[in-house]
Amino acid sequence: MLKDITLGQFFPGNSLLHKTDPRIKLIILTVYLIMVLAANTLVSIAAIAMITFVLVLVSGINLKIIAKSLKPLLFILIFTAVINVFFMKGDNILFEWYFIKIYKEGLMNAVLMITRLISLITGTSVLLTYTTSPLELTDAIERLFSPLKKIKVPVHEFAMMMTIALRFIPTLIEETDKIISAQKARGADFETGGLLKRAKALIPILIPLFVSAFRRADELAEAMECRCYKGGEGRTKMKQMKSHPADYVFLLVMIGLCVAVYFINSADFLI
Amino acid sequence: MNSLSFKNVSVVYGEGTPFRKVALENINIDFPTGEIIGIIGHTGSGKSTLAMLSNGLLKPTSGNIFLENTDIWEKPKEIGKVRSKVGIAFQYPEYQLFEETVFKDIAFGPKNMGLSEEEINERVKNAAKFCGIDDASLKKSPFELSGGQKRRAAIAGVVAMDPQVLVLDEPAAGLDPLGREEILGGLISYQKQKGSTMILISHSMEDIAKYCDRILVLKEGGVFMYGTVGEIFMQAELLFGASLDLPQITKLFIELKKRGLTENTDVYTVRYAKKEIEKFLQ
Repeated sequence: MLKDITLGQFFPGNSLLHKTDPRIKLIILTVYLIMVLAANTLVSIAAIAMITFVLVLVSGINLKIIAKSLKPLLFILIFTAVINVFFMKGDNILFEWYFIKIYKEGLMNAVLMITRLISLITGTSVLLTYTTSPLELTDAIERLFSPLKKIKVPVHEFAMMMTIALRFIPTLIEETDKIISAQKARGADFETGGLLKRAKALIPILIPLFVSAFRRADELAEAMECRCYKGGEGRTKMKQMKSHPADYVFLLVMIGLCVAVYFINSADFLI
Repeated sequence: MNSLSFKNVSVVYGEGTPFRKVALENINIDFPTGEIIGIIGHTGSGKSTLAMLSNGLLKPTSGNIFLENTDIWEKPKEIGKVRSKVGIAFQYPEYQLFEETVFKDIAFGPKNMGLSEEEINERVKNAAKFCGIDDASLKKSPFELSGGQKRRAAIAGVVAMDPQVLVLDEPAAGLDPLGREEILGGLISYQKQKGSTMILISHSMEDIAKYCDRILVLKEGGVFMYGTVGEIFMQAELLFGASLDLPQITKLFIELKKRGLTENTDVYTVRYAKKEIEKFLQ
């Protein structure tokens, strides 16, 4: 039941996006996000949609998977559309019926917001989570933020905590499943009763889960100490990250597109 | 009389996805009332899936499961009743403990069944006795106990529900020989007193041969062999085909048979072996 959660799922592959240096990918993602949020005309948001679509194609990720990842957002998307269409005021009335007034501006804003949201989610997944393994990702974050070490920010430790947290998500999900089965076998009932009763029914799951999470943390800490782990100082990496000229070309293209989107915005030739 | 019967039961995980996996295929078995049935099989042979099916934690993809001739999925809303009739202690059950005291934890099952205070008290005391938990430990927090005692407390929590069928998934895994003996011995004496049906899942052929009346050997989601302990050990050599290990004394007799010194391989206890050896020495 809980196994269906696809949190930050990584799909191994061999596409251009998989091969790009994760550090550069993080910077590209930043540029991409600026671009998506900057786009505020129909033409520029159409351009963004095109760019996102090209990124999806390049990543080689199945379109069905993308559609599935957007499913939980459906409610928010519809909600945004309704709010914009019915409640935004403008100058050009398209449709009027009793108290309902739909303006051209509202309709356009709805299209803009929805495309923007879909692009944000799809772009982030395709650029980062779907095409970068969690290990690469935390490694890249550590490298990118390493200048902060100079002002005594424990960058390595944060990255290590992130890695461990990601590593243990599936383990804890499996554990939760087991505990739920065991308590159900003892007649625990999670499906009926009011809110308070249901909340109380969670106690037999949460306590064993916390106990085992702490136990695991303890064991892991000991195992790490046994192997002489003592933080990031003087620690070397087996896999060195290398960036290729192609990575920089990719980055430059994205920056170029970002600038282009900015100019399309100010060109203002539709509205 | 059969307490639990499986008719054409199949379980498929992840149907319609690339991860499709057949866990059990067309299982037909009857578990007679009042017997101890051992289930043995290699990792991934479907033992735990079978346990989950027996009390409705898992619904079979096809086929029916009968508890005393009633289909357990006939009224899906009343599956809770089935769960109080078929008790399962999962592998490493000590991780399910959560209450303030051992007593309260053992009482969790009976309480969910809606029994009276007195009845609960009696059942907890009784279950604790069979599982070897003394009165002092009942008042302790379950997290203060040692590993072996935690295991006992958790199993007692299932025994206290007084199920008609008690399913134990590797109850003795990871315990020292004395602890194994005590836990299994206590459960057997409980079973003898109540006359309930017990299903013991284990990797250890030695334990199974020692305690069970009947053995079910699973292989790759299907029934490989099913019969009384004597019947299974008559064809002991076949068990190697299911990648199972045999008791050492049986291995010895298989070797003796190869050399033409004996006819029997249904030897699984040292006492019986002694008798056999004395016979051909005469």
